[in-house]
Amino acid sequence: QKVSVEVLEHLEHLALVDFRDAEGVERLQKAIQFADQLHEVNTDGVEPMDSVLEDRWCLYLREDNVTEGNCTKELLENAREKVEEYFVAPPGNIPLPKLEERETFLEGS
Amino acid sequence: AALNDGLRSQVSAALKEGRVTPTELCQRCLALIKSTKFLNAYITVAEETALKQAEEAEERYKRGQPLGILDGIPIAVKDNFNTAGIETTCASNMLKGYISPYNATVVQKLLDQGAVLLGKTNLDEFAMGSGSTDGVFGPVRNPWSYSKQYKEKSVPKSHSEDEESNWVITGGSSGGSAAAVSSFTCFAALGSDTGGSTRNPAAHCGVVGLKPTYGLISRHGLIPLVNSMDVPGILTRCVDDAAVLLGSLAGHDPKDSTTIQDGFKPFELPNLTDVSKLSIGIPKEYHAPGLSSEILALWSKAADLFKNAGAKVVEVSLPHTPYSIVCYHVLCTAEVASNMARFDGLEYGHRSAMKDSTESMYAATRREGFNDVVRGRILSGNYFLLKQNYEKYFVKAQKVRRLIANDFVKVFRSGVDILLTPTTLSDAAPYTEFIQEDNRTRSAQDDILTQAANMAGLPAINVPTALSERGLPVGLQFIGRSFQEKQLLTVAKWFEKQVQFPVIQLEEVKRHDTDVFQHQKSASFS
Repeated sequence: QKVSVEVLEHLEHLALVDFRDAEGVERLQKAIQFADQLHEVNTDGVEPMDSVLEDRWCLYLREDNVTEGNCTKELLENAREKVEEYFVAPPGNIPLPKLEERETFLEGS
Repeated sequence: AALNDGLRSQVSAALKEGRVTPTELCQRCLALIKSTKFLNAYITVAEETALKQAEEAEERYKRGQPLGILDGIPIAVKDNFNTAGIETTCASNMLKGYISPYNATVVQKLLDQGAVLLGKTNLDEFAMGSGSTDGVFGPVRNPWSYSKQYKEKSVPKSHSEDEESNWVITGGSSGGSAAAVSSFTCFAALGSDTGGSTRNPAAHCGVVGLKPTYGLISRHGLIPLVNSMDVPGILTRCVDDAAVLLGSLAGHDPKDSTTIQDGFKPFELPNLTDVSKLSIGIPKEYHAPGLSSEILALWSKAADLFKNAGAKVVEVSLPHTPYSIVCYHVLCTAEVASNMARFDGLEYGHRSAMKDSTESMYAATRREGFNDVVRGRILSGNYFLLKQNYEKYFVKAQKVRRLIANDFVKVFRSGVDILLTPTTLSDAAPYTEFIQEDNRTRSAQDDILTQAANMAGLPAINVPTALSERGLPVGLQFIGRSFQEKQLLTVAKWFEKQVQFPVIQLEEVKRHDTDVFQHQKSASFS
């Protein structure tokens, strides 16, 4: 059962990572096939496990006090493009080109 | 001080008495790093800062006020831990040039104790892999490839071929750290362990590799792979040293809410002489397909060792073991898909020149920054997290995870104290052979014996046991109960003493330099 082109496109859009070539798609197919083995296990009545520490519940809320911060300079240091105290991004709200167009589109990178 | 004092205590005494100084130690390690550069164990060597730290330690020793056992001790850190002012790359193009603005908690703790940070070690890109072969800085070479023990056993095909094509992998993903410890360039190293990434290279490089209980050591600053399974790992040359490192690293960290709040008391390991009260479990499912007959024999011999010493040795069953790799595959890729989302080129790391739109910049950045392994896992993870697949794969895997964890609970409840298993399926493969299979296949094969302990969050340790027919290290694994590191390490230390794993005979290491480094006799177990 092959993964449909729609799903492939959807995945690339969600992941913002592309399959690059047929090998990438093949890799996904194999990964799904591998994961299908899970269905051999009977999990009736079994609760999903989020954390091995569930019995020791350590996720807690702390007091809402400011304990650190004021490190704008450090935070900006590793950014490639910035203006004053802003990270600079290219224009947004522009959808990614469709799969067929994207091959040539990303060829530059 | 007795003969079986840990290396750490020997060095510590030497430092206190002035027989050796921190700067001497540091310089020797730095020189050794240079002369073993071909191993490619280090990505960054922080020579200046290390020497400065060593000088500061020396001052403290002169005043008679060392900070502790680790003061002045050279250590190395896997390059997926943030180290302030030092490049942290995760062996990926995505983070090339990224200078951490802060120290990971574990790094800070080591520095606070006066440890000397020599540098950052090589790994598989973003810790994904079991060979330390898939990073952008190239593969790490196992120091044992250059050992007398290996060379004696290998038949050179032709004079020109011999060393270059024969070298074996370190295992992974913390291969750089394991190689660094194994080749004496540092006294201890930090690794990480998500599916076996500390224990696997420890086994192949003949060093002790400890995976602590999940929740014991802070992950703050460890660039995450799988938040529900990652732990910082400890690599040392003997079990006592691992206990020392554990003592300085464990404990609640307010910056990591997945660390338990119970107080942790550092401990010294007793010298166990009576094992008659111990119950050792041998899980039959760990006789996995592909397990070499050599390792099987060693495992059996180890079980007999305990039996003959009076311990109760029983066969036990962890029936869901065969599914742990599949379960890991789904949970890991799902968490990776989420964790890798932060790399978009905007705040740090690589940024593509593409500037047509935000999304296309993100996409191009990630295409350029990540290797195929990472991208493949992100895509698979997103697939399993799709609305139509969520229950079928992700939640299903979480249920199987509970079954795997429960298997261990049942066995420990039945009176077993420690489980004894092999760590790897075989000794280290030659690099040329290892790269024949792709990363995912290799990881699936190699993680099989180590992965379940991550699923269940249990502490586990690799203890170097003997040399294989090819003259390469083979280790065995002990898995303990949650937060019972003291018991686990005590048993591991007893075992270590019984097997007397040989010291690596590296021609590059000058004889007189190893005085401070040797601590075990060379009678061997096999």
